Amino acid sequence: MSKMIVPLGPQHPALEEPESFTLMLEGERVAAATVALGYNHRGMEKAAESRTYVQNIYLLERICGICSHSHSTCYVQTVEALAGAEVPKRAQYIRALIGELERIHSHLLWLGIAGHEIGFMTLFMYAWKDREIVMDILEMLTGNRINYGMNMLGGVRRDITPEQGQKVLEALDALEERTEYYKNVILQEQTVAIRTLGVGRLSREDGLRLGATGPVLRAAGVVKDIRKDDPTEVYNELDFKVATDEHADVYGRTVVRVTELMESYHMIRQILRQIPDGPLSVKVPNRIPAGEAAARYEAPRGEDFHYTRSNGTDKPERVKVRAPTLANLAAITHMIDGGFLADVPIVIAAIDPCFSCTDRMVRVKDASSGRDDVWNWDKLRQYSIEWHKKRGQDLGYRI
Amino acid sequence: MQIINKVMAWARRKSPWIIHFNSGACNACDIEVLASLTPRYDIERFGIQLKGSPRHADVLICSGPVTMQQRDRIITIYEQMTEPKFVVAVGTCACSAGVFEGCYCVEGGIDTAIPVDMYVPGCPARPEAIIDGVVKLLNTIK
Repeated sequence: MSKMIVPLGPQHPALEEPESFTLMLEGERVAAATVALGYNHRGMEKAAESRTYVQNIYLLERICGICSHSHSTCYVQTVEALAGAEVPKRAQYIRALIGELERIHSHLLWLGIAGHEIGFMTLFMYAWKDREIVMDILEMLTGNRINYGMNMLGGVRRDITPEQGQKVLEALDALEERTEYYKNVILQEQTVAIRTLGVGRLSREDGLRLGATGPVLRAAGVVKDIRKDDPTEVYNELDFKVATDEHADVYGRTVVRVTELMESYHMIRQILRQIPDGPLSVKVPNRIPAGEAAARYEAPRGEDFHYTRSNGTDKPERVKVRAPTLANLAAITHMIDGGFLADVPIVIAAIDPCFSCTDRMVRVKDASSGRDDVWNWDKLRQYSIEWHKKRGQDLGYRI
Repeated sequence: MQIINKVMAWARRKSPWIIHFNSGACNACDIEVLASLTPRYDIERFGIQLKGSPRHADVLICSGPVTMQQRDRIITIYEQMTEPKFVVAVGTCACSAGVFEGCYCVEGGIDTAIPVDMYVPGCPARPEAIIDGVVKLLNTIK
């Protein structure tokens, strides 16, 4: 059987974001797949070096619109560690509250997208309709539907009132009822089972070897969650279980995410019950003492990692971000291999990819010669054009 | 001829098909564009449908600043669309590059690559704002 190369992306109906996959097909099956990154690379790490610590909160929040609170929390944690600031308990609880609400909105969004990818449009419309409940709550608490701007150095910007807490609890009741319904749909509906069971398998060993993270790894039965492994003070005081599953396929990832939704509702109820009174923030100086710090945070998609190095001025010397999707990308080619072409969109969607998170720069070093050239745009572009031509994939983009 | 033109303009106004393209956005505007298609906002009541191919679409909805990698792609997609075509820039980044102004890999707003007919500011632009922008654009089709 002759082989055929199919490009998927950067503009493709199944991908919400620009990313390019090149699939080598043998009949209907994928024989090999490669990923090309960088369409969303904006140079934010470099930009962060020319902005102050406070400005960077708002810049880094816009790494990704869906897990914006994760990125800004992770970043302020590194700066607070450098400054030696003790964040008040109430502020930490509010951060955790927004973080869990964000997880709910992200997982409901994912459930809808997964429904869309398997041609189950009803599920897409239902899940997004219910997602509006949590969007309303986030808007009430923070003032914006997305990109909340809730964090500041040393605390949070806004308080929550008891009335707002009451409204959150009411919304949780509605959401919990709907999530029970989705759980039944996923467990009983043939449409979901046929399209997801056994699709995009990633065994426990492969997941650990390829460095997968988040729900992708937990669906393979690995108990790994930053909220348990490396918790902040708040998560230590909350009672919750890490959702895992043994299916190790798209179905398992769906089950893990729905179970996590239920755990998040449980956690938010505890947060609202336990939240102590007190100040919202402490003062953090504009100039941060020299040093370096790293922080980890369990974003909806997995482990988010931030590193900040300070040189004693009001601007960081280096900021480094590793978003969860980058960790999961190595696993994705493994998951696509040998599967059907029609299953590729749902397998890609199942890691809940967020390419705007992912597109950070990596400096390439030639391992054999030790050469470390910095390539300018024209050189990089010429290389890319030749690379694609050599493989017969010149798609006629203007040169 | 005049009647045919009138009928065509009427048809266009009643069922514009859109294509959505992320030219380097942070995802926030993209999910708000999607949210405007879902039951709460339901942009389909204006006859608007999301399509997968630029060759089927009348309106190109762009979000995000134009990164150097995406510049060629957005021009290709614009050229693949059939006339008459309209471009809506959704979000502050799409209008003026926003917080990414001055980043080494960012060229600027959408209008640095292709002509834009409607700007919808906001970070991210709310679904109501997107609907308002698209409907105002439809009203200009004569």
